[in-house]
Amino acid sequence: MLETIPPIFWYIIGAVITLIIPNGRFRATAMLLIPLAGIWQLLNIPHGDHIQIDFLDYTLTLFRVDKLSFVFGLIFNIAAFLSLLYAWHVRDPIQQVMTVLYAGAAIGAVFAGDLISLFIFWEATALTSVFLIWARGTEGAYHTGMRYLIIQVGSGVLLLAGTLLLVTQTGSIAFIDRGLVDLATLLIFIAFGIKCAFPLLHNWLQDAYPASTATGTVVLSAFTTKLAIYALARAYPGTEILVYIGCVMMIFPVFFAAIENNLRKVLAYSLNNQLGFMVVGIGIGTPLALNGTAAHAFAHILYKALLFMSMGAVLHRTGTTKASELGGLYRTMPLTMIFCVVGAASISAFPLFSGFISKSLIQSAAANEGYMVVWVIMLIASVGVLEHSGIKIPFFTFFGHDSGKRPKEAPWNMLLAMFLTSSLCIGLGIYPAPLYAILPFEVEYDPYTTTHVVTQFQVLLFALLAFCVLYRSGVYPVEIRAVNIDFDWIYRRGLRRIISSLSRGIDTAYSQVTAGLNGIVGSIIASSRRHFGPIGLFGSTTRVGSAVAWISALLLIALVTSYSGS
Amino acid sequence: MSLLSEHIPVLQVAVPLLSAPLCSLLRGVRLPWLLALAVSWFAFAISILLLIQVMDSGDISYHMGNWAPPFGIEYRVDVINAFVLLIISGISAVALPYARLSVAHEVDPRRHGQFYTAYLLCLTGLLGVTITGDAFNIFVFLEISSLSAYVLIAAGARQDRRALTAAYNYLVLGTVGATFFVIGVGLLYMVTGTLNIADLAERIRPLADNRAVQAGFAFIIIGMGLKLAMFPMHTWLPNAYTYAPSTVTVFLASTATKVSVYVVLRFLFTVFGPAYGFVGLTFEYIFLPLAILAMFIGSTAAIYQTNLKRLFAYSSVAQLGYIVLGIALGNIAGLTATVLHLFNHALMKGALFMALGCVALRIGAVSINGVRGLGREMPWTFAAIAGAGLSLIGVPSTVGFISKWYLILGALENSWWPVALLIVASSLLAVIYVWKIIEAAYFGVAPEGRGPVAEAPLEMLAPLWLMVVANFYFGIDADLTTSVAGKVAATFLGSGS
Repeated sequence: MLETIPPIFWYIIGAVITLIIPNGRFRATAMLLIPLAGIWQLLNIPHGDHIQIDFLDYTLTLFRVDKLSFVFGLIFNIAAFLSLLYAWHVRDPIQQVMTVLYAGAAIGAVFAGDLISLFIFWEATALTSVFLIWARGTEGAYHTGMRYLIIQVGSGVLLLAGTLLLVTQTGSIAFIDRGLVDLATLLIFIAFGIKCAFPLLHNWLQDAYPASTATGTVVLSAFTTKLAIYALARAYPGTEILVYIGCVMMIFPVFFAAIENNLRKVLAYSLNNQLGFMVVGIGIGTPLALNGTAAHAFAHILYKALLFMSMGAVLHRTGTTKASELGGLYRTMPLTMIFCVVGAASISAFPLFSGFISKSLIQSAAANEGYMVVWVIMLIASVGVLEHSGIKIPFFTFFGHDSGKRPKEAPWNMLLAMFLTSSLCIGLGIYPAPLYAILPFEVEYDPYTTTHVVTQFQVLLFALLAFCVLYRSGVYPVEIRAVNIDFDWIYRRGLRRIISSLSRGIDTAYSQVTAGLNGIVGSIIASSRRHFGPIGLFGSTTRVGSAVAWISALLLIALVTSYSGS
Repeated sequence: MSLLSEHIPVLQVAVPLLSAPLCSLLRGVRLPWLLALAVSWFAFAISILLLIQVMDSGDISYHMGNWAPPFGIEYRVDVINAFVLLIISGISAVALPYARLSVAHEVDPRRHGQFYTAYLLCLTGLLGVTITGDAFNIFVFLEISSLSAYVLIAAGARQDRRALTAAYNYLVLGTVGATFFVIGVGLLYMVTGTLNIADLAERIRPLADNRAVQAGFAFIIIGMGLKLAMFPMHTWLPNAYTYAPSTVTVFLASTATKVSVYVVLRFLFTVFGPAYGFVGLTFEYIFLPLAILAMFIGSTAAIYQTNLKRLFAYSSVAQLGYIVLGIALGNIAGLTATVLHLFNHALMKGALFMALGCVALRIGAVSINGVRGLGREMPWTFAAIAGAGLSLIGVPSTVGFISKWYLILGALENSWWPVALLIVASSLLAVIYVWKIIEAAYFGVAPEGRGPVAEAPLEMLAPLWLMVVANFYFGIDADLTTSVAGKVAATFLGSGS
């Protein structure tokens, strides 16, 4: 009986109960039990539609368990546990409660069997997660949070519009694969696309995630975008346009990540790039590809959380994550360094780490279906991933130029959370069978074939080379420009020019577009404040005379209207 | 007993009316309040009985003094006005337990007798407008409720002298509206010779091309449009709500405009009907554009307000836009949304203004800067604002969502895509002005010089939370409200010719 209660209720009840417990280590520890209960429930519940309730004229399915929702539900619970453990030392009740509710809403959305309940949880993730951004408490975080909230709620609104349209057309609210066929499904597609950070719809991600607290970003990175991946995999598998959208997503963040100095922002770009792989998998839509998407989401949540955790620990101890202000931290934060390297190796898909066993599925699926260009793009993107996430992050933080900072090692709970996450990353990389067993489709697959491993090592070596070149040639914003190298001068300059001008070009174009848009938005806001503010025409008290003039004018219009009706 | 149950309709109005003069004789602060409380609860019980009776056995017609209509005054109760009666008396029944401390804090203690007298008269007027089946009687009760409402608003003068000008402005504009209404009724009377609403509907049918009927219609719609604060005739509303005592704002914001909407519905659908050419044109050329303007201009103005009562007053203008929009859609789903939103909006705004009253009790003025950091000191009050705010935005599992759902369905039924999009887009504006308060309360830093603030007393929190819980309860189990509203819409559109 207990196991058929939808997990969202566990989380809500859990949030209320933990609030009753006095603030302190007991409450923080008690919160850890909530996701554990969620995992226990998932392992015990049979597949099927469990809780159905009537709402208006429709039947809502709150708890649909099948293979796809099982994988995402499981990893969301695990991620919730790890983030809560990582944030164990936080004593702010708003952050605690909102973390629990946010995770609960995301899990609720995964198990929603119809579009109305999906919409409910979809909006709930937006309304709860924004508090994790605001928790930073700065003026900038407030504005960022507001922007984030508007975009997220806007996504929900589109989802609602699409749902309503679908209801009027088909009368059904089931959350199933309908394909991208008409306006209704297009609206829903865009709603998912916003949360999934499709190109041009992605800015909220890089805007919001680095703005959150050290612990908040870890929580944020796990749920919202992967929920969108789940929703796309559920409703739009095999929609070909997703392949091309995914390709753009894989490539364009690489340039931004390469020139970005704030390392948490680098991770946010790299998150976008990783989503690209999953989106491609959904677009291909074969069982192998969908398995790849699910597996990659599973692995990705873990290693991305691990990377954000290590950067969070650095932020916690030093107060910055700017590459130019860090360096040489391995001396005093050796454990954090090791965990960060594990995360970096996983995201770069080193064999024996989790990224390898999941990304391979998608790459093989692309090759099997004859998407050769896509396959090549994936290789290039993989180089980019290794370059910015695999090397840049650990190198500039823990090695590189010594910043002179000698912070303490991260707190024990952070270390424990990172240790558990690292173990999962390595464990899945060495022994992927348990993960493969719970994927949506039955597929025999062995990632450790000779060709595969060799190809991957070639890619990795090339990326390593690229990093060295960039680093030595001074493209990276570090001070060691005086060091000379033995490369051919023209080749060096050429490469450097191409890469810098490409990056700079994209950067300039991008900032001009944003500046232009900002200008337009800014002037709209200024003029609306002028007219609607407390001293404006619409926001202030008008005199009685002018009000009566309005009324007379309106009466005239009403008279004319009703006379012309006969 | 059977005699009593036969006279239930008249008791609904007569009891508050007769208690009002009694109340003015009572001294002190506790007795007038107790009387008003007892009367409100009694009226609430009566309205429940009426609704049950109407739902079970159809319309009730009560002949005042046994004079048969159309010569005598008839009280006529059907599902729609039984529902509105329930809203008015229900809000009053919840607002009065809350009122004692709030009124004691905000209103001159020597004037409590008069204050509650005016309150009871206002209640009488609103109930009377709703229950009567006579057009001129509507005007009389409308004036009773309006005149007492001006007094109630002016009672805020002890807190802020601007209440006097707000009341005065409302008086001038309200009188203009009432005059328009009575001119319209007069024109109809001129050509039909009757004031009874059912009779009026019969006799107007052959006179659809009569200029006097059309002019009468225009006067009535504009007159009542002013009373219901239809944009751009809303200018009296923000100040009136801002400077009135908190309890008065709670009561008026939840009931007064709703009653005006009811009168508009009654004339649009019972007396006239969508089949009349000029009614359809009014929907399309007056209601539709004004409703959409109200949604956006009201919400945008709300975003920039610094006084929170004023902020929610502008939000009311926007919400009334939704109500009018539902009428303009002219189909069952749209009309269902309108009727639903009468109830749902009363719940939201009742809760929000009650919460602001709690804040006012503790810190005086309710400005956005004043409430910074208050979320931690008054957790229950601000949790209530967050809950009711979610409902205002239209988040699922709240009543706001149910209203918007039907409204959008109505727009889609007409294939008015842009309108459906505008409805959802305007919800985003509500997110901004509600979450702006939440952010200030929970993350803002307390202004200098504000000492520790205590949570509001339980006596005020309990009614407040009753309203908040109702926002969620009727958002999840919407069977009762949607069945009533659906029935009303079907009756109006079915018998609308």
